[in-house]
Amino acid sequence: MIPRYQTILFSMLVLASVVMGVALWQLRDRAHQRLLSSDDSTPTQAPEVEPAEQATIMVASDSDGSLLAQAQSLHLPRDPGARARAVLGKLLDLYAAPDAAHPVPGGASSIAQVFLLPVQNVEAGGSQAGVNAAGQSSPSKDPSPVGDELAVVNLSGAFVAGHPSGIQTETLTVMSICGTLHANLPRVTQVRFLVDGQPHATLAGHADLTRTYLAADAVPKP
Amino acid sequence: MTTLKGRSWYGGVLAPEVRYLSARLEIRPNFAAINQALRPSRCIWVLTACMGVSQLVAAQAPPAPVVPSSRFVVVLDAAHGGDDSGGRLNGQEEKAFTLALSVRLRSLLGARGIQVLTTRESDTNVDLNRRAEMANHANAQACLSLHGSESGSGVHLFVSNMAPVQPVRLAPWKTAQAAWVTRSLALAGTLNSALLHAGMTVTLGRTTLPTVDSMTCPAVAVEIAPQRDAGKKLVAELDDSGYQARVAEILAAALLEWRTEVHQP
Repeated sequence: MIPRYQTILFSMLVLASVVMGVALWQLRDRAHQRLLSSDDSTPTQAPEVEPAEQATIMVASDSDGSLLAQAQSLHLPRDPGARARAVLGKLLDLYAAPDAAHPVPGGASSIAQVFLLPVQNVEAGGSQAGVNAAGQSSPSKDPSPVGDELAVVNLSGAFVAGHPSGIQTETLTVMSICGTLHANLPRVTQVRFLVDGQPHATLAGHADLTRTYLAADAVPKP
Repeated sequence: MTTLKGRSWYGGVLAPEVRYLSARLEIRPNFAAINQALRPSRCIWVLTACMGVSQLVAAQAPPAPVVPSSRFVVVLDAAHGGDDSGGRLNGQEEKAFTLALSVRLRSLLGARGIQVLTTRESDTNVDLNRRAEMANHANAQACLSLHGSESGSGVHLFVSNMAPVQPVRLAPWKTAQAAWVTRSLALAGTLNSALLHAGMTVTLGRTTLPTVDSMTCPAVAVEIAPQRDAGKKLVAELDDSGYQARVAEILAAALLEWRTEVHQP
């Protein structure tokens, strides 16, 4: 025989469960309606387009092994990293064109990312101090001016795999990337390369990608 | 710590430096001198001198002057080899082209009485550091790294783009060439003159090549490309044996001239 007080308690618990279930169902319906009302993809603001500006692209030529500055009108983003990627993308688009003087397949998509880092911080982190492209003195003896930046260019593996092999062609690619970065972002004084986010020995069997390149060396002196 | 401070950025540097040290500090015991020195009265002086020398070496203080040796040795480095085929040159692999050029050049130089050391004589994979080690052990007066390429025209001469520095006794492995850049530029000038005189198209440049950057000798990377005329029309292909022979003859003549320059007081 079940005591009376247990019957009343059980009935109240059942009633409370039913009430809570109904309330939960109604809350769910309200949330669903709220989500549906906010899922409005109609644009309310036009995308902002940066005005076109002159960019300097250092274009390589295989015939005489030269780098030639070429002015291009580009819509460049304000963010320096995105800006660096945009100018390098334009450079590699020129190389991927059918009549390129320095033919390299790949195009703009070959530049995965460009990271800009303060030179002082990088050196304090101890990354290969004293060894750079020029093999010059240790940075601790010749500290870079405040504001100089190191650009880390992350190339795609497909670009490296498809790059023509040869000292001249690989050197020209590296130098034109360094020169283009320095011409458009003068604070970039050093350039390093990664391939798919990892250090890579050479570009296509010749040009050393483990070194830090001095960007100013790539710009032809007047 | 930034993301650049990874071990991989520095990997592989220390071991070659150790190799370089062992190459530069060859120990050749003179037993007669040792017996003489081990007299009790001189032991203290010998030990003191040894300690002093070790401290000097550790401090890297005294720069070693670059003095040309009386003998003349040329190192020919046929690039690539083994599983490293290099580029494709008109259907041919670059490793085969460089080896053929190396063998041809070695014969020409040998016929002119020049001692030649080659980094490889067959289709084998020789480590880049090993190539530089061989050149550094040879104490050579000219080191040519031979390459081939389909791009460009004529012969491309490349010298390391490191800034010249005063020679030091213990140089970092990856920038050992810095003390020899001036001599390398002079060697490139001699090669350039000979090639231009023979009517070849020549492109001079600076680059970063791991093998050349570790060499302690006048070192030039020689990259042979097809010969094109002013209208970029192909005149001679890389698989043209006559073209290869012509380039090899010019390089051999230039190295003969370089020997004369090296031995001039």
